[in-house]
Amino acid sequence: MDLKVKQVTRIDGAKEALFLPAIFTGLRLTINHFWRNLFGAKDVVTVSYPEEKRHISTRWRGRHRLTRRENGFLSCVACYMCETVCPSKCIHIEAGEHPDLSVEKYPVVFDIDELRCVFCGLCVEACPKDAIRMDSGVISLAYTSRQTFNYTRDLLRDSYDPKAHSNPKYEDIDLPSPTNRAAALPNSKGVPAS
Amino acid sequence: MDILLEIIMIPAVLALIKIVVIILLFALPLGTLLTLMERKWSAMIQDRVGPNRANIGSFTGHGLLHLAADGLKSIFKEDCIPRGANKFLYLLAPFFGMISAVAIFSIIPIAGPIGDFTFQVADVEPGLLFIFAITSLSVYGAVLAGYSSNSKFALLGGTRASAQMISYEVFMGLALMGVFMVYGTTRVSGIVDGQNEYWFGNLIPMWGVFTQPLGFILFFTALVAETKRPPFDAPEGESELVAGYFLEYSGMRWSAFMLAEYIAIVGVSVLMTTLFFGGYHVPWLHLWESAPQWLVTILQIIKFSIVTIFFCWFQIQLRWTVPKFRFDQTMSLGWKKLLPLSLLNLFVTAFVILAFA
Repeated sequence: MDLKVKQVTRIDGAKEALFLPAIFTGLRLTINHFWRNLFGAKDVVTVSYPEEKRHISTRWRGRHRLTRRENGFLSCVACYMCETVCPSKCIHIEAGEHPDLSVEKYPVVFDIDELRCVFCGLCVEACPKDAIRMDSGVISLAYTSRQTFNYTRDLLRDSYDPKAHSNPKYEDIDLPSPTNRAAALPNSKGVPAS
Repeated sequence: MDILLEIIMIPAVLALIKIVVIILLFALPLGTLLTLMERKWSAMIQDRVGPNRANIGSFTGHGLLHLAADGLKSIFKEDCIPRGANKFLYLLAPFFGMISAVAIFSIIPIAGPIGDFTFQVADVEPGLLFIFAITSLSVYGAVLAGYSSNSKFALLGGTRASAQMISYEVFMGLALMGVFMVYGTTRVSGIVDGQNEYWFGNLIPMWGVFTQPLGFILFFTALVAETKRPPFDAPEGESELVAGYFLEYSGMRWSAFMLAEYIAIVGVSVLMTTLFFGGYHVPWLHLWESAPQWLVTILQIIKFSIVTIFFCWFQIQLRWTVPKFRFDQTMSLGWKKLLPLSLLNLFVTAFVILAFA
């Protein structure tokens, strides 16, 4: 292999030897930045995280959520597609018989170990019922004990807190209003009321 | 009450009060503030936010509480002495840095005299020669710290400090020689009063920066090297010597070195103000003859502080602008360029004074 030699021309002369022109050029740059940021920090792009949060894309894969039908039941039919496709084997489902015969099955247990999850989104793609999504808007999961990372079905289920849906695109589209939910739930033995 | 007044008027007591006021109300607060301001200003230069997290409840004061946080942290940190260190010298070294930084303020007048009362701790005849003697002592802090730490990095830093000191100290004195010649005295009050004269009627004040422009640049360069800050930070050499001569220090002793560095910045600014920017004299104020004395004094203190703060800011701006000089570059800059330049400045000044005065 031939070594390539890069010739760097050395700038000599009185102007360079004086240092002062170069120093003033540099000072002009730094003082410009200084004055622009002195009042109002105009060029600063830092986001002060806990106080202000960046806008996240609607496609951001955050914590999972289990969507509901219009009557408030979980959309999930416990078909095991997501558990099968999951590369990190973090989903655990146990199916039960649903009282509504047209639905047939529902998940009695639906656990996701968020510590094992690699947030690849394959479960979302695999789901035939659009029952699991990763658009909860929760982007940071930080707890002090391992057990808290084990999200059970009821934790994963959609809440009705509008603040939990930072994602406007999907917000409450497939959710019943709270009054409807209250009307729907007492007849159900399968999905406990939240 | 009378007894109290009499005690205060004893020269020694008066000098003590002046020392306390000038150092506790001027030098130390400015130096301490600069430790925060350096971080804040550098953040602005580099489009960052800077320190803003220290808080009491929801009060952060734009990072001001970091001063308290830093102080508390250094007080409660363990004061380590490395194995094999020369304990006596190791404990002594921070004081040298601190004392030489603080001593500059002893001969600087921060306002004009009112009658017999001077806003100056001591107006000694040698004046600036005293400053040279004191500032040269600051290198002992670095050398002793490096020598006694029993650490190779620290020793290298101390060696570099002494070698750098040799290369700037010579032209530092020569650069100021022009100022002595122009104003005809080494006494600080004499130099300050000399700058109250005007050229072309009342057009241009005879400030040192106008009478000695080259001397101004040379002396400022020398003083920046004196504070061991970038671009002349070879003794600290963050990139190759970690922290240089005070590498092994921790806790409050480390803070003493850092604080000494920032007080030295204030000291440099004060010197530049006094020698090259008219000291406390407010330009063209003598035209307003009916000005009350108290107002004049307040204006003088304000002018002095503004110019001083400007130079503090300028040094920090310089530190975040100019890349570091390699060690041999510092030496060759000092010996081959600035020393001949300061000699040239001396000859030209002498010639001009001979020809026109």
